[in-house]
Amino acid sequence: MSDLGTSGEPAGTEQRRDPPAPRQLARGGGGATAIRGGVHTDLHHDSAIKHVTGRAEYCDDIVEPVGTLHAYLGLSTRAHAKIIDLDLSAVRAAPGVVGVLTADDVPGVNDVSPTGRDDEPVFAEGKVEFWGQPVFAVVAESRDAARRAARLAEIAYEDLPHVLDPQSARDAGMPYVTPPLTLKRGEAAEAMARAKHRIKGRFNVGGQDHLYLEGHIAFAMPGEDDDVIVHSSTQHPTEAQHMVAHVLGVASNAVTVNVRRMGGGFGGKETQMNLFCAVAALAAKRWNRAVKIRPDRDDDMSATGKRHDFVVDYEVGFDDEGRIAAVTGDFAARCGFSSDLSGPVTDRALFHADNAYYYPDVLLNSHPMKTNTVSNTAFRGFGGPQGVIAAERIIEEIAYHRGLDSLEVRKRNFYGDAEDGRNVTPYHQRVEDNIAPRIVAELEQSADYRARRRAVLDWNAKGGIVRKGIALTPVKFGISFTATWYNQAGALLHIYSDGSIHLNHGGTEMGQGLNTKVAQVVAEELQVDVDHIKITRTTTEKVPNTSATAASSGSDLNGMAALDAARQIKERLTAFAAERWQTDESQVRFIANNVRIGGETVPFADLVREAYMARIHLSAAGFYKTPKIHWDRASGKGRPFYYYAYGAACSEVSVDTLTGEYRVERTDILHDVGRSLNPIIDKGQVEGAFIQGMGWLTTEELWWDDKGRLRTHAPSTYKIPLASDRPRIFNVELASWSENRERTIKRSKAVGEPPFMLGISVFEALSHAVASIADYQTCPRLDAPATPERVLMAIERLRE
Amino acid sequence: MDIRANIRFLLNGNTVRLDQAAATDTLLDFLRIERRLTGTKEGCAEGDCGACTVLAGRLDGGQLRYEPVNACIRLLASLDGCHIVTVEHLSGPEGRLHPVQQAMVDHHGSQCGFCTPGFVMSLYALWMESPDPTDTEIETAIQGNLCRCTGYEPIIRAARAATRLGSPALDALNRERQSIAERLAALRDGRRVEIGKDGSRCILPASVDDLADVLSETPDATIVAGATDVGLWVTKFLRDISPAVLVGHLEELRRLEVTDTAIEIGAGASYTDSRAAMAADYPHLAEFWDRIAGWQIRNMGTIGGNIANGSPIGDTPPVLIALGATITLRRGGKRRTLPVEDFFIDYGEQDRRPGEFLESVTVPRPAGGALHAAYKISKRRDEDISSVCAAFNVTVDDGKVAAARIALGGMAATPKRAHHAEAALVGRPWSLETVTAAADRLGDDFTPLTDWRASADYRLRVSQNLFRRFWLEQQDSQTPVRLNA
Repeated sequence: MSDLGTSGEPAGTEQRRDPPAPRQLARGGGGATAIRGGVHTDLHHDSAIKHVTGRAEYCDDIVEPVGTLHAYLGLSTRAHAKIIDLDLSAVRAAPGVVGVLTADDVPGVNDVSPTGRDDEPVFAEGKVEFWGQPVFAVVAESRDAARRAARLAEIAYEDLPHVLDPQSARDAGMPYVTPPLTLKRGEAAEAMARAKHRIKGRFNVGGQDHLYLEGHIAFAMPGEDDDVIVHSSTQHPTEAQHMVAHVLGVASNAVTVNVRRMGGGFGGKETQMNLFCAVAALAAKRWNRAVKIRPDRDDDMSATGKRHDFVVDYEVGFDDEGRIAAVTGDFAARCGFSSDLSGPVTDRALFHADNAYYYPDVLLNSHPMKTNTVSNTAFRGFGGPQGVIAAERIIEEIAYHRGLDSLEVRKRNFYGDAEDGRNVTPYHQRVEDNIAPRIVAELEQSADYRARRRAVLDWNAKGGIVRKGIALTPVKFGISFTATWYNQAGALLHIYSDGSIHLNHGGTEMGQGLNTKVAQVVAEELQVDVDHIKITRTTTEKVPNTSATAASSGSDLNGMAALDAARQIKERLTAFAAERWQTDESQVRFIANNVRIGGETVPFADLVREAYMARIHLSAAGFYKTPKIHWDRASGKGRPFYYYAYGAACSEVSVDTLTGEYRVERTDILHDVGRSLNPIIDKGQVEGAFIQGMGWLTTEELWWDDKGRLRTHAPSTYKIPLASDRPRIFNVELASWSENRERTIKRSKAVGEPPFMLGISVFEALSHAVASIADYQTCPRLDAPATPERVLMAIERLRE
Repeated sequence: MDIRANIRFLLNGNTVRLDQAAATDTLLDFLRIERRLTGTKEGCAEGDCGACTVLAGRLDGGQLRYEPVNACIRLLASLDGCHIVTVEHLSGPEGRLHPVQQAMVDHHGSQCGFCTPGFVMSLYALWMESPDPTDTEIETAIQGNLCRCTGYEPIIRAARAATRLGSPALDALNRERQSIAERLAALRDGRRVEIGKDGSRCILPASVDDLADVLSETPDATIVAGATDVGLWVTKFLRDISPAVLVGHLEELRRLEVTDTAIEIGAGASYTDSRAAMAADYPHLAEFWDRIAGWQIRNMGTIGGNIANGSPIGDTPPVLIALGATITLRRGGKRRTLPVEDFFIDYGEQDRRPGEFLESVTVPRPAGGALHAAYKISKRRDEDISSVCAAFNVTVDDGKVAAARIALGGMAATPKRAHHAEAALVGRPWSLETVTAAADRLGDDFTPLTDWRASADYRLRVSQNLFRRFWLEQQDSQTPVRLNA
């Protein structure tokens, strides 16, 4: 945190003291009564100044040691084929090339499958299963030389039939990449048969590329014995460590993985960096030189996984009022050639196929389909958005069928409470914290939904070229890793004898402000200005066995672990102070950079120095595991989520019915983050997630040609939202009254993923505008993403 | 021939002289690898994300002019005589933040921070040009910058707020304007520059006449103006473009002249250079021009390049064809003039002979009474490549169509006129019926392709609907027929 505070004086310029004198800044503001940067206050991202000055160091900015080599991947140019011959002689002979690596050069196991299914080779062996699969790596004196050489490979293939999309995969009888999940409550088939109305439909939901601005990168330095240090841009240093050890055939204690910060992750760097870390480490050990690997954006997008696209077949039974009686759903996902995280991703699609709605009888099945495409992976929401949007499609279907406002249908189907018994999810967890009705009611008011909907209908009634649409959609999102053991975290806290604090935890910083929030927690607990706390790079050396920074869990888990560490030291300091000042521990209070001990006020740093001299241990390892959660996948029952986060968005759009072009006129958001640790950072997460969710459903289209080659592989062809795509009016509020009913860190709630699904309001508003063409009699069944083309074609369908 | 064998430019506060540069060396690699100025980032290496944005200053008619450009596709050798300003140069003494940087911090405009230096540089350029910008100006200035974290709102807030934090008049680049201009002027010695590395060659001709000579001597050379396309040959296809003849520094090739009858645009004029003159005569082109790529690319890419590279999806050729523009090609001292539409022969094939170069574009000034429109259809509104681009130039006389020039891009192997559709208009009453009948003939003019930007069906359908839009927009109607700009 140092760079937002007073810049530190260079240490060691004066005469040697032992221990060093308490630092000036650590004495705090003297008369100040409140610390700077406690919890529940707005605080800048800890790297803000480094970001704007270009001084924030990313992996590619680390100074390279003399002799650093560069690796580059050679990728397959077939979607599915046997490798008949792999001739790398021209690659080896190219200028600057030091050597090549293939599957034969892997000393350990040629596999980086994160769930241990042994289905994801570092380098293809004997066959390739998607266009863009790594077949070899070339290592050269410069990145340019390696990249040029990689293109010289001569690979002879014998083509095999390929399957690209989930529906074709089901039709072709392709296998599952991982066991499917069934969620079942009640007897859906019988309830469906009894229902007064029934609708069946199919919904194609597209995938999404992460398009983190900083692409994949790993930088390995060989050490003595089996040791290797890997700097990388990974969300999951521990897994990268395990994978490097696995590939090198060494113990985990030989491998250190470091991450200072990422230039965006969004899930794309949870498992996908394993490959790059493994190749860099392999080459570093092989040639005993530092080795960096950084693919070009085209190769990054071709060779690494994305959000799963789904084909959802749904059926809903309901009554005249639009109240749901039964739902069945089959969720087929494009998983790609290997399992990666497709198991938990497709599970989470089912966990969220109810969104905020009670399904009295329900049967949901996942179909994690193997396809000859890159293996899809985590992406903000982790399958949840695909489940949520299916629920919202079902609501839409009912609304058009019954001639109702879709918001009315939503309200009639919200989860209830213990009294009415309408509070059980398809996975048999009870919804105990349901604030969706309140959030939606407040947003309906503040966004002036009713009057604006009326105005939209009036506008459309004139029958012009430009049509409008409006929709208000909620989100309820379950928080916790569904892999229960992942819900643990560690932290390491040192207080140095000058009173400065060094904080380390297992989470990684990818822009979400995790380090800032965790520092705030420690600042609050120790009652010191946050500027005294330096957060250091995440490293497997300091906190072992960490979980991925994912599932929105970063501050929930690591904040609690850091709090535990801070409390331990605080207890020691308290005991020491009571003893030293001859008072009772209850008379020791930490207040604004000072400690009140009996009748005396001692600067924090002075107390620390005294404690050091008295040989008090000023370092602590903190730990946390989430309580209450359990999950039995086989029976489909349990409490996978500690709590739920809620939100709602209302969006209004205009659509040009001649071209399908559209514009988002206004979006209002009310989102629940419990008692926010840092409201301005949380608001930034909500705004950013909404735009990213909107992009997923509008302009971001992944397009494979019939040979299985991804043709949208760079920002020139893959279009994420720009500033001019954001709503013309954009009102974002946090539900300031909300407080987590569970004992989370300072009663806050997770924020990374839930607001992503607020983008669905734009998608449904587009659908509403399209529906006006046929006087709202027909659900337009718009597929996602709703590119201008899909919008126009839906309009044309309704005209017929 | 007096030849200089090095390039010289200013980088932040320093003068740089390089004796070696390959044709394929880029500014970004030079900054990051050679100079370790790592604040400038590589996000895409194709000029689409803006993480590598730097300012390029150059003398333009004696005036020093700074523009944001993409360092990733800016060729190193093209920097001769320029001033490159990177993010490292912005903070004041003792690391005091520049107003734009301070505004970005104050308004939480960074999350992961990777795109941030690029945004800072674009906003810096905007702040110097328009210190108190409108939201539209802000959006236009950052069309070429992608942010994946913030959703842009805090960046917009920062851009609005920067004006209150400092005045451009006090900015270092403005205070030192005179001395920088003098230093740049001193670097321009009017000599031809030839520089190379490991057999790769770059030539910067001394003048347009010298360019003609160079090309006569080296007819197989790659002509590079803004490098917004050639840059990708280098960064994406790893193509060898040597010998490369760079023309971006030739002020006389960027010249614009408006006569009584025509707008004469030097082939080296950028989209930015040509915007004002085009929009003055053809107001409908103001919005269209701002939808060509992003600001950085509009500062780099040239009208001549947009034609000469022969792309079927360039944005200006359909417009120029509809307006009846001509181009002048030159080889040695010989010039020939032909209509823009005749230049495009087939995919990848243009009517440019070895040693010949595109010297200028001549756009006729508007004839009274003609109806004009230019529409761009793309997946994303801004900074996208057209799925379809359609330009209309129709003269209606006494209720009947007297003349029609309609050209479309994205519909065929080349930008092309819709001859059947035009024929169905001319001589007929100017009515929706006529327009619909003409639109129905588009299938005779075009057999579009399906690709990742659009399907053949959509391309044809939307083109037909654009005919309807064109007609509807000419009617005196209260109801809007398209989304506002």
